[in-house]
Amino acid sequence: MAGPQQGYRTPLSRARGLGASHHGVGHFIGQRASAVALLFLLLWGVWSALKLAPLGYEGAVAWLHAPLHMAPLALLIAVGFYHARLGVQVVIEDYVHQPLLKTGGLLLNTFVCYGAAALGVLSVLKVAFSVTGVA
Amino acid sequence: MAEVKAETGAPVLRPRPLSPHLQVWRWHITMATSILHRVTGCGLYVGGLILVGWAVALASGPDAYATYVGLLGSLLGKLVLFGLTLCVFYHMANGVRHLVWDMGKGFLPKTADFSAVVVMAFAVVATIVVWAIALLTGSA
Repeated sequence: MAGPQQGYRTPLSRARGLGASHHGVGHFIGQRASAVALLFLLLWGVWSALKLAPLGYEGAVAWLHAPLHMAPLALLIAVGFYHARLGVQVVIEDYVHQPLLKTGGLLLNTFVCYGAAALGVLSVLKVAFSVTGVA
Repeated sequence: MAEVKAETGAPVLRPRPLSPHLQVWRWHITMATSILHRVTGCGLYVGGLILVGWAVALASGPDAYATYVGLLGSLLGKLVLFGLTLCVFYHMANGVRHLVWDMGKGFLPKTADFSAVVVMAFAVVATIVVWAIALLTGSA
């Protein structure tokens, strides 16, 4: 903002390079693409939850051994947290304006989402690739 | 730029005009659906963590799994899961509404009001159907 021409710069010129600066479209498209994927994954997830609820531990482990179960569940967790991170990022940007709090919030959001996704997917894979009964 | 602060020489700025905020808006249904989309989205954030907790419990062995499923099956757990089912179906249906808007359709006030009612009704009906199935099949 320093320099002799400061007073002559247009508001647009001062805003350029701040904010979303050229990756807003990626955010927009990523949010929508994951939304379409989650439409199917969540319907499958609700259906699977109904099937899983009465199964118990042994039944749930056996259920997760099927590739057609482990893949969508891993995808549901991964795509879900990708979508959640983008969504909550916008919520933070809308309501938190104090720079330190905002940056901290965005960072925490990223850590929680990537951390939870890693924990969830790795747990699914551990059970899915375990020898039945030893998990 | 007529007024200038004596000490600093900086111009005295008037507070910028604000757009009308929540307090001065008449409540309408499209506003409620928009706010609910955010609220349910944040609810599903927690729901995702509960799902990950389930996966971690399953990977941790039979005892951890029994404890976790016991928590989910308690009255409080079922209440939370019922709320999450509502969140899933509301956010899903309203998300489809947003995708239709992204294609440039459905913006007429009457159409938007109608789709808002459809989304809310769908969320309630779908949630009741899912829990009815759960109760009838012994899942809940």
